[in-house]
Amino acid sequence: MSTDLIAHPLLAAALELHPQVALRPEPFGALAYHYGNRRLVFLKHPDMVAVAKALGAHDTFADALAACQIAPARWPSFSKAFASLQESDVVRARIVQEGVG
Amino acid sequence: MENEAVEAVAVAVDLAVAVDLEIEEELLVEEISIDGMCGVY
Amino acid sequence: MSAESLVAQLKTGLDAPICLTWELTYACNLQCVHCLSSSGQRDDRELSTAEAKRVLDQLRELQVFYINIGGGEPMVRRDFFELVEYSVASGIGVKFSTNGAFIDEEKARRLAAMEYLDIQISLDGVDAVTNDAVRGIGSYDMARRAMDNLAAADFGPFKISVVATRQNVPQLDQFKALADSYGAQLRITRLRPSGRGVDSWDDLHPTNAQQREIYDWLMANGENVLTGDSFFHLNALGPALPGLNMCGAGRVVCLIDPIGDVYACPFVIHDEFRAGNVRDPGGFAKVWKQSDLFTSLREPQSAGACASCGAFDACQGGCMAAKFFTGLPLDGPDPECVIGHGEAQLAQLAAQPVAVSLKPRPAMDHTKPPRQPALT
Repeated sequence: MSTDLIAHPLLAAALELHPQVALRPEPFGALAYHYGNRRLVFLKHPDMVAVAKALGAHDTFADALAACQIAPARWPSFSKAFASLQESDVVRARIVQEGVG
Repeated sequence: MENEAVEAVAVAVDLAVAVDLEIEEELLVEEISIDGMCGVY
Repeated sequence: MSAESLVAQLKTGLDAPICLTWELTYACNLQCVHCLSSSGQRDDRELSTAEAKRVLDQLRELQVFYINIGGGEPMVRRDFFELVEYSVASGIGVKFSTNGAFIDEEKARRLAAMEYLDIQISLDGVDAVTNDAVRGIGSYDMARRAMDNLAAADFGPFKISVVATRQNVPQLDQFKALADSYGAQLRITRLRPSGRGVDSWDDLHPTNAQQREIYDWLMANGENVLTGDSFFHLNALGPALPGLNMCGAGRVVCLIDPIGDVYACPFVIHDEFRAGNVRDPGGFAKVWKQSDLFTSLREPQSAGACASCGAFDACQGGCMAAKFFTGLPLDGPDPECVIGHGEAQLAQLAAQPVAVSLKPRPAMDHTKPPRQPALT
């Protein structure tokens, strides 16, 4: 499938939830509120919540998706969604520290 | 017949693309202004 | 999941409000003619500081992210700063709505030093003539002084909140310019016939042509203009304005009033829309989750007389408060229905013999009695 041939750039990134973001579970997924910029985002699927929570524990976004067992066919829409979360600063690039042990 | 085979593949590709589109259209986030709710000051 | 189904989910209610309005006091230094809470005099049943903090504790447990504090004039309360600081320290962001009378230079600096705090200054005219006709003599200067003090203290972007009236709709561009001059965010909201507004509605509410103007202006200029999603009744005019485009009352928002009563929203302070009191066993959480009123608001609402109208999907039948306080049934058109169905219904009502006495009155009136003229 053509979509598999072009990997979204975000997939290789190390990401994290912004420390000023609170996640409140809801039946449809979760509400994410950024205390710093007052932005309010609905995560519209429980899988989105699982991935958001998993970001910090995995080297890359792709690893987090895999760990949460997100079907590869959904990776494009998850990439788009997390790119938009990055745009509103709900999610950000994580500084990966070398040699910390 | 070759034509039928080509047609079958074409249908299969259409179906696959349609399924892809459906998944790609999955809207997983929606942002609302904290002021975008009626009934507050 | 499409956008429609998210709204459908929200209409069935959440385990906690997303944000809510909390009127801290009915006391006020002003007497605005359209005051939605008929404020003026303190009610001696007001929540104590301790009771207010217990409410904040519950909101924190419910993970309410943000509250809108108002009144009356919230800064009149002696524990205003104590409560705001307690809220912010509990992880609940605060926006407070004020007429600015008490934001002197020192208070402005104190406010500027606080985090997770937004300020909304009320203003209903770009000049004293227009503004003070609604908010009282001196109120324009009061608001401008507060804005200047916040700017001098480097508070950062505050909000200027305007209730759209017949008299100020022509001033929308100027309001935008005023907000821009301060680096502030403009907010334009709908006038509802609530509180003292029930009596000033006929004179103040925008005309049909002006509603169109408001809609067009928001579409053209509204990218950075807030509306509190209060104009969703205008969505029948074209593409939807930004926002959830639904009535949030009892579903995603509510009001806590100064004496702890919980209402569906600040615009329906009336027994019909009172869900309970935070002093009841179980407090706010129980009222939010289990009150009969909120449970019934979270059920699918009947379109009623609007069912056959093609615009209903866009306008949702408008605002409960606007219908209720103009005497219209809730399952029918908004009084300002852009197609004119509301006007037609109101005309029918007016033709009935005892029409005036059928209109509901606000639950309480904390308006200050007129001062006695000085004896000479």
